[in-house]
Order: sequence, then C-alpha cells, then structure tokens
Amino acid sequence: MNAQEKEQYLREYSQLKNAGKPFFPYAVTKDGAMAAITLFVIIAMAILFGAELGPKADPTTTTYSPRPEWYFFFLFELLRVIKPPSLVLMATLGIPTICLILLLLLPFYDRSPERHPLKRPIAMIGAVATVVAMAYLSIIGALGGPPSEIEIPVAAAYEDGAAVTAASGCLGCHRIGENGNTLGPNLTAIGDRLGRDAIARTLINPTSPMPSYQSLQEENPEQFEALVDFIASLKEEAAEGGQDTQ
Amino acid sequence: MSKLTPPLPKFLRPAPPRPGEDNGAGHNGDAAPSRGEKLREDATEKTAQVVGWLDERSNLSPLLRANLYRKVPKGTNWFYTLGSATLFAFVSQAVTGVFLAMYYEPDTARAYESAAYITNEVFLGELVRGMHKWGSTVMIILIFLHLARTFLFGAYKYPREIQWIIGVVLLVLTLAMGLTGYLLPFDQRSFWATTVAVNLNASAPIIGPYLADFMRGGAEFGAASLSRFYALHMLLIPGLIAALIGAHLYLVAKLGTTAPPWLKPEKKSLNSEGI
Ligand code: HEC
Ligand code: HEM
Repeated sequence: MNAQEKEQYLREYSQLKNAGKPFFPYAVTKDGAMAAITLFVIIAMAILFGAELGPKADPTTTTYSPRPEWYFFFLFELLRVIKPPSLVLMATLGIPTICLILLLLLPFYDRSPERHPLKRPIAMIGAVATVVAMAYLSIIGALGGPPSEIEIPVAAAYEDGAAVTAASGCLGCHRIGENGNTLGPNLTAIGDRLGRDAIARTLINPTSPMPSYQSLQEENPEQFEALVDFIASLKEEAAEGGQDTQ
Repeated sequence: MSKLTPPLPKFLRPAPPRPGEDNGAGHNGDAAPSRGEKLREDATEKTAQVVGWLDERSNLSPLLRANLYRKVPKGTNWFYTLGSATLFAFVSQAVTGVFLAMYYEPDTARAYESAAYITNEVFLGELVRGMHKWGSTVMIILIFLHLARTFLFGAYKYPREIQWIIGVVLLVLTLAMGLTGYLLPFDQRSFWATTVAVNLNASAPIIGPYLADFMRGGAEFGAASLSRFYALHMLLIPGLIAALIGAHLYLVAKLGTTAPPWLKPEKKSLNSEGI
C-alpha cells in the first residue's frame, strides 16, 4: 500500500465508522450473547464428556498411548507420515516453524490494498490449502495409531512381544524399523549385537535415562519374556527380508 | 448523569406517554410523590453521588465514555464477536484454573492423586475440571475462527499489522498452554504424550536440547519437569497472554475494528463528510 492508498483507506474507513452505531449497547449486546453461548457450550461439554482421568502415569508402563490433545494431532501425524530419519526433523519442526513464520509475517508480504476475500485469489488458495492440509493430517492422526506403533513385519510367534513392546514406550526413545524416536540406540537389528540374556539384563538394570522394566518382569513374567524374545528376534536379515526366518 | 446516556436502541427508550393515560409519573401537579418514587429518586441520587466521588478522584468517565460510545463501523456483524468470545473463554479458563489450583499439587507423587481428588471428592470438582479441559478446546476453536475472520476480512492489513502479529503470538502461547496443561493430571496418556512432545523439541537444531532440558528441568523427565510445567502453565504463559491481550485490545480501541471489506461508503456521505 502506498501513501495514497493508505490515505484512501483511512478516509473510507472513517466514513464507514461514522455511519456505524455505538459500541455500547449494540456491539456489546452481540458480544454478550456470544459470551453466553460460549459459556453454555463449555458447561454442556463438561457435563456431557466429563473430565476423564486415565491410570496414573508410570514411566515403566505396559499400556500407554501417547495421544496429544486433538489440536496437536496434525503435528504427530507429520511425524508418522514422514519416516526417513533425515526428514523427521524437517517434518516436525521445520514445516510448522516455516508455516508459523509465514503466518506471522503475512502483513509484510501481502501488501496489496485489496481486502475483499474474492479479490485476493492467491491468499484464498493459500488459506484453503493450509486448512485442508491441517484438517487432513488431523483426521488421519485421529484415526491412526499412536506414533509408537510398530510397523515392521512380525512373525506370528512374536506378535505378543511386539504388542508388549509397542505398549511399553520403548519407541519413545528407540527406533524399530521406521518408527520411534532417536534418544536411545536403534533397536532394528539389536538381535545381531545382543543376546537374549543381555537384553533381559539391560531391561532390568538399564543405564539412565532408560527406565527399568524390573516391575514388569516381577508382575507379568510372560509379557516380559515375550518382550525379550521379540527384541532378540530383531536381526538384520530379518529386517531386510521382511520376514522373520527363525 | 445525562451526559452518560447513550443513544439507546428503540426497545430500550422509554415509551412516550399516550394521551388519556396516567403515565405513572405522577407529575400532574398532584400532592407529594409516593413512597416508591421517593426511594427511587434517592437511589438514583446516591448512585450519582458515588459515581461522582469515584470520578472526581479517578477521572475515569471520559475514558469510559470514549470507549463505550465509540462507534463501530457500519456492517459490523456476528463474526466480529469471535475475538471477544475468545477473550471470554480465556477468562473462563482463568477462573476455573484458580479453583483447580486450590487443590492441585504439582508433585510427581501427589499430582495424579490430587487430580483424582478434584474429580471425585471436591464439590463440583469434576464439573470445574471438565470446564477447564473442554474450555481449552473451545478457546482453541474460537481463536482459530477469529484468526480466520481477520484473515478473510483482510483485517491484518494497514494499519492493523501489529494487531495481527500480537495475535499470532497469542495463538502460539495458547497452544503452549494446551501443551503444558496436558501433563498436569499426570495420567498415562498425558505423561507419554508430553514425553514425546518434549523429545521432539529435543531434536530441534541448536536450541532444541536446551529447550528440552529447560522444559524437563534436567536431562530426565521427572519431578522437576512437573513443577516447571506447572509454573509455566499457571504463571508465566497466562501472564504473557493477559498482557498481550491488553495490548491487542488497546489497539482495537485505538484503531477501531475493520468494516466488512465488501462495504464501500456511499457517495452521498462522501460529500456531506467534507473531509
Ligand atoms: C526413556 C527412554 C528409554 C526407554 C523408554 C527405553 N529405553 Fe532402552 N535405552 C535408552 C537409552 C538412552 C539407552 C542407551 C543407554 C546406554 O547408553 O547405555 C538404551 C539402551 C537399550 C538397550 C541396549 C542397546 C545397546 O545397544 O546396548 C536395549 C536392548 C534397550 N534399550 C531396550 C529397550 C526396550 C526393549 C525398551 C522398552 C521396553 C526400552 N529400551 C525403553 C532409553 C530408553
Ligand atoms: C487470546 C486470543 C485473542 C483474543 C482474546 C483476541 C481478542 C480480540 C478482540 C476482542 C478483537 C476485536 C473484535 C473482533 O474483531 O473480534 C480482536 C481483533 C483483532 N484480532 Fe484478535 N484476539 C486474539 C487472538 C488473535 C489472533 C490469533 C489473531 C490473528 C493471528 C488476531 C488478530 C486480530 C486482528 C487482526 C484484529 C483486528 C480485527 C479488525 O479490526 O477487524 N487476534 N481481537
């Protein structure tokens, strides 16, 4: 907007403003009605859906699902969709950061004086694309499993173990196949390096920050054994062949 | 007092007296006013005195008058209520949050129990927790709708760029409220979701590890993390939000809200205005 356009805008605006009505009581009535509706909706949702409280947090858990609030689903979904480790960073932080910066600086690169939505095609296309992308990712995020799901092929014998692993939060720190986090070592082919016993020892007596799974062993020995069997079965040729050959 | 009276909408204006009707005012030269009238007059006068006393010392009334009776542009419609509805949702969060803070204990050993206590024992506790929980959802929806409204109406353009920028910061802070609040009940779901979220932060370049350490209050997720999230959630972030809302609203009052972009001033008023 150049100086003349600015001046024209201010002139037209002051005319429209003078032709308007006073804030009190006209706008205030609408605002008040909207506030009442908002309060009503909040109370209705509180009564209908309650305030659920799941089981107590337990870092050495056997069942958990790292579900964020729904308005973060799209971020989790980005993490799940984009798997190659070199891109994960970009997906989870790069894309949102870039979008945020674009949003923040909007008034500085969209400088045309036009304000009518139908006469701003580029802005509208951008907006619709953003909304569709976020809605799409949120919906898939809502339907899909948590990002800790194990997606490598698992032989029938190890399915129990895979389920325990998925539920135990190992993927919060470890990578198995294409899923999981990178805080701890990659477990995709851990069976090549560590035997069953070594793995069991690690689980019971790990080095910090990995939590100990001793309580699982004591309370649920079969689950613990299944977990160890599954982890020990993770080998290079199995990962490559897509089949567990044992 | 009469200076304060706004141009009222029709239904609020007192109906003019009709001929042949006793309009109840009793000013027909009759005897002394009735008891009720006297009370009413007294009350009006006392109120005026109190207001006058306050005004003499605070000089607030010009400010109030300027803001209350400022004009909103022609064509202002329901979409313009989304901002104040967001504000209302924030106030609701603040109020319910205060009540939750009376019982909540930010300690790994007690957090879950105190949340359970609020939910199961405290009078109306589940309602208040529910309102706080679902209020966050409502506030997020409203803030996005408000963003969409200001975007569609081109309200971010000259001269309201700063309002937009403050708005985007408010959006980020509101999302940060959602993130930090989610951990507090300390149940499985919140614990693991937050662990993953913090780990994500940790993988950011350069500042990532520091940011994650700061959020966790150390290298590990534990007691320090919980009290840190609590402090962020109920002191730092809401303080920032309140201050920024103040700035946002100051600009709203100063610059006025936009008129809908499809409205153009009529030619006639162009001349009569005589800029
Ligand atoms: C809080 C994060 C975290 C969680 C959860 C976690 N680990 Fe670990 N784990 C680690 C870290 C960090 C190390 C590396 C420790 C070290 O440097 O010695 C590790 C090491 C290991 C090792 C030894 C790897 C090697 O190369 O020596 C195994 C095996 C292992 N974890 C299995 C598991 C399994 C199975 C689970 C789930 C039941 C699990 N971990 C859960 C963080 C974690
Ligand atoms: C805590 C969150 C927020 C609150 C309480 C809030 C409140 C308000 C209020 C009450 C108004 C005036 C009336 C209206 O247009 O609704 C307003 C205007 C405005 N807001 Fe917000 N807002 C918030 C967040 C945002 C966000 C996220 C943005 C955009 C990124 C934004 C951008 C604007 C703009 C550009 C205006 C001027 C609109 C106009 O003049 O027509 N605000 N805000």
